Amino acid sequence: MSGSLVALLIISFIVSFGAFIGFYAGKHHKMDLEQWTVGGRGFGLILVWLLMAGEVYTTFTFLGASGWAYTKGGPVLYILGYQPLIYVVSFYVLPQMWQVGQKHKLQTQGDFFRARYGSKALEAVVSLLGVIFILPYLQLQLTGLGIIMEVASFGRIPRIPAMIISFGIVAAFVFVSGIRGVAWVSGLKDLLLLFAAVFIGIAIPYHYFGGIGRMFTALIQANPRHLVMPGATQNLGHSWYVTSVLLTALGFFMWPQYVGGSFTAKSGDTLRRNAVIMPLYSLSMSLMLFVGLSATLILPGLPNGDLSLLSMVRKTFPAWFLGVIGGAGALTAMVPASVLILTAATLFIKNFFRPVIAPAMTDSQVAKLAKVTVLAITAVALFFAILSSTSLVSLLLLGYAGVAQFFPGVVFGLYWKRTSTVPVFLGLSAGVGIAAFLLLTHRDPFLGCNAGFLGLCANFAITVLASLLSPAEFTNVAELALSSARTSPSA
Amino acid sequence: MQKPSFGSILYGLIPFIGGCFTVSLWDRIEPRVLGLPFNFFWLTSWLLLTPLCMWGAYRFETRRLSALDKTRGRSIP
Repeated sequence: MSGSLVALLIISFIVSFGAFIGFYAGKHHKMDLEQWTVGGRGFGLILVWLLMAGEVYTTFTFLGASGWAYTKGGPVLYILGYQPLIYVVSFYVLPQMWQVGQKHKLQTQGDFFRARYGSKALEAVVSLLGVIFILPYLQLQLTGLGIIMEVASFGRIPRIPAMIISFGIVAAFVFVSGIRGVAWVSGLKDLLLLFAAVFIGIAIPYHYFGGIGRMFTALIQANPRHLVMPGATQNLGHSWYVTSVLLTALGFFMWPQYVGGSFTAKSGDTLRRNAVIMPLYSLSMSLMLFVGLSATLILPGLPNGDLSLLSMVRKTFPAWFLGVIGGAGALTAMVPASVLILTAATLFIKNFFRPVIAPAMTDSQVAKLAKVTVLAITAVALFFAILSSTSLVSLLLLGYAGVAQFFPGVVFGLYWKRTSTVPVFLGLSAGVGIAAFLLLTHRDPFLGCNAGFLGLCANFAITVLASLLSPAEFTNVAELALSSARTSPSA
Repeated sequence: MQKPSFGSILYGLIPFIGGCFTVSLWDRIEPRVLGLPFNFFWLTSWLLLTPLCMWGAYRFETRRLSALDKTRGRSIP
């Protein structure tokens, strides 16, 4: 049996096994909107941990981190730097968000904005922006998946059929099992990815250099400047590091899919404990970076840095192992993609379509339409991925900077009763506007700072100022939304 | 709505100081620790130190919440 066939069989086995788990997980649950979107709010520490790890560690982290280490060098430290800090921020935001969610039976980020600010317009704007930011992220998972399948099958599976088949599977189990299916598949994915990362990250430096320390000695001899900021770049220095880490740390859990994910927890305490342990998972990330760095010496001149990890694996290990990595990589694209699809579909129907176009829809009608939308959104993402326009990469950067602009609306929403719809709307527009202008005109980093961070500063300032200037009676809305939100034990 | 206490926020500030604001102090190759350049070693160790800090914040927060509940005549199961 040829190497590529072995790799292919192993990939197919892992993907089908994942799909089987995904379908099976939803079997014993009646899939109404509540069960489909937030798993009936019954996930304990382990399922929440699996779901979060499954959502957070995407192909962007899997291929992108090693890719950045390869092409940019020192600035990749930013990925290592922001990882633990996103959980620090989540510790102070998600449990409170969960409390409000529990009280008002919220399922999405759009629901939160409606409950807190009492404004359907704000709900619709935030949700539509959320869907727009999610689409390029979804497209990136698809493209990553295509790359993984192509490299891991030695070119036997071309990119486009691979994307269509695996996304068919994703859409199917999202349709059937909802968020519960995703959490279970995530378990398989996390297990495989952890094993793969630890094994590759240690084996590759040993194989070529005789150890991680010796690998770094060789890297320092070759080019010491690659290992500190700004590395191979011109302008990614220390002020860029601080502003980018801050923006990502504050903005990360503002991605609509993580807000939805946090509503699956059975208590606020689950989310707090999850925030304590999550950074440990990121240890595997530093090993991925080492592989990307080692590739600068072993495989110089790759056309695309994102290929560095897989190319190193293909060069170093037998075909069956490449199959395992390929399978793990495929699930790493499929798990976050399924959450993204589910979130985008629910946001679009429940928080944009219903308030704007069909206010009379019932929840069960929303659930039915959202499931159909799953298929539509999958098709749109496939369409973008197959056309594969590079401008989507800049849209993704805009997505990261954009979701962070929800931060003042969410955090002031939770902690400051004076804030109301108009200030949040003004701040959000300014933040998204500034970030979009700087990013799309290629002015990022601007004056050495992350463009999204500058947008966030303006956003904060405007939200605070406008809140202080607006009449105090708006606090009544906040009182209604937040008062006695502490209804559940140990929240 | 239960706001996080000032004390638990102080615990959360420690990782931000260690891994973010102090970048110009630790972004260098020497001294190497365990074979790693200093910057890579520093950030990797914050992946271990951050859970410690947040465990502190967690203990602080749960103690405070249970004390608060007792004064209100409720208890955490």
